[in-house]
Amino acid sequence: MPVADRSKPTFYLLLAPLLLWLVTLIILPHVGMFIVSLREKVGVREYETSFANYAVFFNEPLYWNTFARTAYMSIAATVLTLLIGFPIAYYIAKLTRGRSKTTLFLMCLIPFWVSELVRTFGWMILLRETGIFSNLLQYVGLADAPVEMLYNDAAIMVGLVYTSMLFMVVPLVTTLDSLDDSLIEAGYDLGASGVAILREIVIPHAMPGIVSGCIVVFMLSLGNYLTPILLGGKDSLWFTGLIYSQFITRFNWELGSAFGFLLLALSSVIVFLGLKLTRQSLGKTMGQA
Amino acid sequence: MITGIPQSGAFKWTYRAYVALFFLFLALPLVTVCVFAFNDSVFPSLPWEGFTWAWFFGDEAPYIGVFHERPILRSIVTSGIVAFWVALLSVAVGTCNAFLFVRHDFPGKGILYILMLLPLIIPGIILGISILVFSSSVANTLEDATGLWFDGLRPGLILVVLGQFSFITTFATLVISARLQKFDPALEEAALNLGATRWGAVRAITLPFLYPAMGAAAVVAVLMSFENFNTTLMLVGSDAPLTITMFDRLKLGSTPVLNAVSLLLIVLSAVLGLVSLLMQRRGD
Repeated sequence: MPVADRSKPTFYLLLAPLLLWLVTLIILPHVGMFIVSLREKVGVREYETSFANYAVFFNEPLYWNTFARTAYMSIAATVLTLLIGFPIAYYIAKLTRGRSKTTLFLMCLIPFWVSELVRTFGWMILLRETGIFSNLLQYVGLADAPVEMLYNDAAIMVGLVYTSMLFMVVPLVTTLDSLDDSLIEAGYDLGASGVAILREIVIPHAMPGIVSGCIVVFMLSLGNYLTPILLGGKDSLWFTGLIYSQFITRFNWELGSAFGFLLLALSSVIVFLGLKLTRQSLGKTMGQA
Repeated sequence: MITGIPQSGAFKWTYRAYVALFFLFLALPLVTVCVFAFNDSVFPSLPWEGFTWAWFFGDEAPYIGVFHERPILRSIVTSGIVAFWVALLSVAVGTCNAFLFVRHDFPGKGILYILMLLPLIIPGIILGISILVFSSSVANTLEDATGLWFDGLRPGLILVVLGQFSFITTFATLVISARLQKFDPALEEAALNLGATRWGAVRAITLPFLYPAMGAAAVVAVLMSFENFNTTLMLVGSDAPLTITMFDRLKLGSTPVLNAVSLLLIVLSAVLGLVSLLMQRRGD
């Protein structure tokens, strides 16, 4: 923007906080984590540079099974969130207007201002053996004994989808809002079926929103710690749980760093592939989110 | 609203039912948490034993209400202190970033912009451990070199603030940049023509234009800080913020005092969230 103050001192004064923040809190810590992950402990306070920690990961089935499980559960959660959220976003963006539109949009937002812990706690009360659903089932006669619905993969999935719904619905509403209604009407006038319009007009237009929603939801699921721990119980392992136990319980920072780096690599690769496949850029999709 | 497109009644009603079910799904856990804050039982579950205020005001075991629970009250204060510093730092840096990215062209701008967005796609727990590892190694090096202790670099509130600041700044930058982009530069030029200095013009014209966005960013920062769990978990020392305290209780299975805290949190976040929305809209 040409009107701006282009003088050197101002520029450096503005650049300094950005660099200080990025270098000391984002770049150096991640480089440091990578270096620590390459350290192999060979004695008391003695280290050698090697890929030994990564070898531990690939040689222990529990570790890479958990890694793969975290990845595919996160992908499943992303797909489910998209399938559930899309019709809602379409309804808000295209089938309502004025005050009811604002109200519905706000109703989508409010649950997500509330702490994730509180939301997860709510699901625990609903799903546990002495919880609401179990009692409801007994009351209507569909079950004769308390039913435990917590501590399984379905419970984790419910928690993940619930937690990330907003991050799918909001970008979808934004992109669908910008789609001109007359394009859809023109499609109908030209004799296209609902499915064809969805495939040829609505989805291509909503693509930036779909991609940005999917990226955020996938990231949030992959990096989630609370939901798998609280809703999944002791046996359902999540990769962040492994990282936590290496760091805090076992104090094996070298292996923990290697795990952290692997999770970061996995998420980066999937985000990168997602952006490439849909020909979107990070700046374009995330900058407006 | 799209009109003039024929749709069968059955389809319309199915669609509406689906939307209604969806909002029920959204509301259900929160309503449940709130309702059980008033159940006169020591477990947050059925059966319903009658209405009570004890989980807010009770002072006799096992009915200890929020307002008599020292550890919870203390962790709320801790969360408040952390949120204050996170909001202050991230709005300050976010405002600088907004001016830098909106108003300056320089080599490497594209790369810096991508780097600025990165915290959005780094899992919180990774941000936490990388800062933990880095600050510990800095502390070790400094302690070996000087023989002094550097407590600020060990897990504790300072690291919690820095950890939350590391990603909340990105959100602050995006909120404030969006507003700065709408600013009409002619206003600043007019001030300059009337004899204002550069800084004087920014302070008198541009910053007041940005205040609503800065306020909204601060509220968002407070909300995100208050509810952050993953990053905080890795950096927390002996003073635990509210989410960590609640998590420890939740694992052990606590009384409905957690429901009471949650209810207060829900009300507070709903109010703050609406305030932030209003602030963002005020200038638009």
